[in-house]
Amino acid sequence: MNERLKVKKTYKLFIGGAFPRSESGRTYEVKGSDGGFIANACMASRKDLKDAVVAARSAQSTWASATAYNRGQILYRIAEMLEGRSEQFVKEISASEGISELKAEREVLAAIDRWVWYAGWSDKLAVLAGSTNPVSGPYYNFTIPEAMGVVGAIATEKNSLLGLVDAIAPIIVSGNTCIVLASGTAPLSAMTFAEVLATSDLPHGVCNILTGSKEELAPWFASHMDINGLDISGVDEPSLVSDIKTAGAQNLKRIHSFSKVQDPKRILAFMEAKTIWHPIGV
Amino acid sequence: MTTFDYAPALESRTIVTIDPQYGHFINGSFTKGSNHFASINPSDETVLSHVALGSAQDIDTAVDAARVAYESVWSKLSGKERGKYLYRIARILQERAREFAVLESLDNGKPIRESRDVDVPLAAAHFFYHAGWADKLDYAGMGNSPRPHGVAGQIIPWNFPILMLSWKIAPALAAGNTVVLKPAETTSLTALLFAQVCQQAELPAGVVNIVTGDGSTGAALVDHPGIDKIAFTGSTEVGKAIARAIAPTKKKATLELGGKAANIVFEDAPIDETVEGIVNGIFFNQGHVCCAGSRLLLQEDVADEVLSKLKVRVAKIRVGNPLDKNTDLGAINSSEQLLKIRELSKSGDDEGAERWSPPCTVPEKGFWFPPTIFTGITQAHRIAREEIFGPVLSVLTFRTPQEAIEKANNTPYGLSAGIWSEKGSRILWAAQQLKAGVIWANTFNKFDPASPFGGYKESGWGREGGRHGLTAYLKDAESNNE
Amino acid sequence: MKYYGLVDGTEASLKNFLKSLPGVDQVGAEARAAMLGTRSIKTSSKKKAIDLAISMVDLTTLEGADTAGKVTALASKAVRPDPTDPTVPSVGAICVYNDMVSIARKHLDLVGGSHVPVAAVCTAFPSGRATMPVKIQDTIDAMDAGAGEIDMVIDRGAFLSGHLMDVFEEIVKIREVCGEKVHLKVILETGELVTYDNVRKASFLAMLAGADFIKTSTGKVAPAATPPVVLVMLEAVRDFYELTNKRIGVKPAGGIRNTKDAIKQLVLVNETAGPEWLTPSLFRIGASALLNDLLMQRMKIRDGYYASPTYVTID
Repeated sequence: MNERLKVKKTYKLFIGGAFPRSESGRTYEVKGSDGGFIANACMASRKDLKDAVVAARSAQSTWASATAYNRGQILYRIAEMLEGRSEQFVKEISASEGISELKAEREVLAAIDRWVWYAGWSDKLAVLAGSTNPVSGPYYNFTIPEAMGVVGAIATEKNSLLGLVDAIAPIIVSGNTCIVLASGTAPLSAMTFAEVLATSDLPHGVCNILTGSKEELAPWFASHMDINGLDISGVDEPSLVSDIKTAGAQNLKRIHSFSKVQDPKRILAFMEAKTIWHPIGV
Repeated sequence: MTTFDYAPALESRTIVTIDPQYGHFINGSFTKGSNHFASINPSDETVLSHVALGSAQDIDTAVDAARVAYESVWSKLSGKERGKYLYRIARILQERAREFAVLESLDNGKPIRESRDVDVPLAAAHFFYHAGWADKLDYAGMGNSPRPHGVAGQIIPWNFPILMLSWKIAPALAAGNTVVLKPAETTSLTALLFAQVCQQAELPAGVVNIVTGDGSTGAALVDHPGIDKIAFTGSTEVGKAIARAIAPTKKKATLELGGKAANIVFEDAPIDETVEGIVNGIFFNQGHVCCAGSRLLLQEDVADEVLSKLKVRVAKIRVGNPLDKNTDLGAINSSEQLLKIRELSKSGDDEGAERWSPPCTVPEKGFWFPPTIFTGITQAHRIAREEIFGPVLSVLTFRTPQEAIEKANNTPYGLSAGIWSEKGSRILWAAQQLKAGVIWANTFNKFDPASPFGGYKESGWGREGGRHGLTAYLKDAESNNE
Repeated sequence: MKYYGLVDGTEASLKNFLKSLPGVDQVGAEARAAMLGTRSIKTSSKKKAIDLAISMVDLTTLEGADTAGKVTALASKAVRPDPTDPTVPSVGAICVYNDMVSIARKHLDLVGGSHVPVAAVCTAFPSGRATMPVKIQDTIDAMDAGAGEIDMVIDRGAFLSGHLMDVFEEIVKIREVCGEKVHLKVILETGELVTYDNVRKASFLAMLAGADFIKTSTGKVAPAATPPVVLVMLEAVRDFYELTNKRIGVKPAGGIRNTKDAIKQLVLVNETAGPEWLTPSLFRIGASALLNDLLMQRMKIRDGYYASPTYVTID
């Protein structure tokens, strides 16, 4: 019997719309739940993070200045692509997380639905978090929420795809760009997700995905002066949380951790309120 | 030529009674306090009173009192009743407005015109505004039945003492928190007068506690384990230290920090009002304003005209006794701050910028700095980057709107910005591009309790004022004690 | 140089010039005027300000019911506002309709007031709705009767409908009629121009056309000489001086009824156009009731107690 040899995928990083290997040349073995080898994932370095921040920064103003309607459509388009690949995600998650395909399917479908939920927020944020303020004087005064800039995220370990969606969608839907460190133990669906992004209409650099060690990279996320905000929902270790917040103080990074999922506060946490005054006169 | 010199028009200080010495206000009454230090009038260096240097022990007592008040009284009170206390406070502030204004000008050095027309009325307005929120918290955007954090530790600066106190205390109390507030070292007196207001309003003991002192007192407050929420207004440097100090804790924080605002003048600006706005932007409150328009960006084709009109106007600024009703620019708050202004201005000279001040005589005693304009400034000058917190304007020029925005945003701060133009679409475009929390278009340095205030980037965390500011003192019903 | 060399007498150049003026932000201008209104003028500076204000009053009566008796009483008062106190200065001028000019002139001369000029309101005051020959004749009549100052009104209808050249040419013509000797004040009637942008434009238009003074109002339309309107006009004369080296006067008229209002006007002058304008040759206040309030305030300062209207003359 001449069984056909499977062509396996090389898992790389996703930075600025491209799929580079880690500049460090390092990889780590991703094992299945049975302990067997699945793939070598890139062990991203702080320099990969640095490159990702540059990509995210250069993409940010264009992404933020796209209309909210346009961003919503681009995000919805990503959901369409995810749906088309759902079988692949189910297989990967099932294999790497050791759960049944049925359970994996539930996670994948939930992730797609959640992505759609976030996509719809793009043109409703201003009405949720904006206001017209009745100041005492002849001024028109209004407050609008605005994307903060470049935001990092450390995704949760459990539910690798859902965790990734919870990290990325709320950050980018408002016009931020992001660098997300995917689940260290189950990074493969993250890279497949990157392939979805690469073939969608999302501008290069809006979302950058790294795989590697949280313990190694989180402090670099925290101290990077060109990252404005950081979602550390994936960091549970109290001393690491404290270290991240301490390092983040250097540029007064907005650092948040969320327990609730599917919550607009996850979006608003990485937005700034801008208040504008103008006189009213003839 | 007729000259029209205004005779001194001094506001009477007899309305104010200042005790020779003050303790802290803890649990509804004044303590004796210890390690008293002098609080001086910056306009003549006379000693106004002696205030206590709060120790860690004082902070501990105050936090305990706030905790007990929170658990036994304030958190059990309905929003409606809390609101009525705040209305009472607002009314008493209005009734005693002149007293507060005079005391503020004595203690801080700001012109009576500003303390009388801006600081004190706005302080009362903040209580009035937040009083109305107390029984409407379900509509604050936090879901039903949002909860207070508990005990708030609040540290305020010396530039707007009673106003910053009201920015802090009013929303905290409306949301149901109790507070321990530390006024700035050089300006404690109106906070201590406010303590009397709390007594007149019969506010339950321990709901508001005021501990005077210096940085060590503030640090003790930040570090106290009984504090759930920190609110700080002050320098970015201290703000970062606070962020580090609370990193290992569950404490929440709002930080209102420094700024280096760009005030952008486009070629089609309404020139006369623009000149007024520039003056108001940098010389209001001696430039002791975190959101001051300290970087003036002039479009090149109107730069000369604006600058020459500006100098004519600045020459009319009346510098002198803060209690004179005609004074526009009062005293610098402290010798320390004066030193900093001098040092940074000297760096402007050293780096080749051109310094201009109108001829003006300042009193011999006290801390004074004339209104000053530096031209020939680029983004690379220290005085274009560092917050001077004084009456010193740095003037830069630009050629295109894009260049103006790039220069304006080229700072780690992001508190405020100004736009001057008569073209609506350009104003909205610029407002969209500017990375700042407060944008004043064709106006500057306007404040209102209904208007959120706060910055991007290193200008701080969170907002104060409006619904946005209120939510900083609330957490949603489901969230755990995080 | 004709029109100060700033415009060439064509409509295009006039429109271009006026278009190049910066806009006025209403809220900002009103805030500045209000801030200057908080200036506190006390003791010695108040005393000085009151005498200055008296010397700047254009003591006015412009009623259909005016009679020779009324006008002669006014003339007497203009010369010696307080008969009990010779240190009180004479007013700047008296302002009447043109049929009252000769009565006023004669009486002034009779009571030792030959230094007090008579201003006549002209050009179909207050509406300005008449043909040009009528307006010219109106002016000539007043001058013939002895008017030293002509207060003309502009054609607001023409201004508002964009016929700026018509407005300009009317002023130029009346200027020619006045010649060099007679002082020309141009009334903008700011209450009908409505916006501060219009006030600034009309101010420059009038100055270019040859006004010696720009005047806010006829007194027949409210609002009249509000502080922000005067502020904008003072900015205009200041800027015009920068351009031409020529100082044009300003005359607020209407609504200035008490000492406090008058002193606010002087503060506006002092801090906007500058102290050079603090003279009756460059600043006048058109008023009637104001004078008695100034006199009462003056008595209060002199005597140390509050005065009563019983002790000031009524006219």
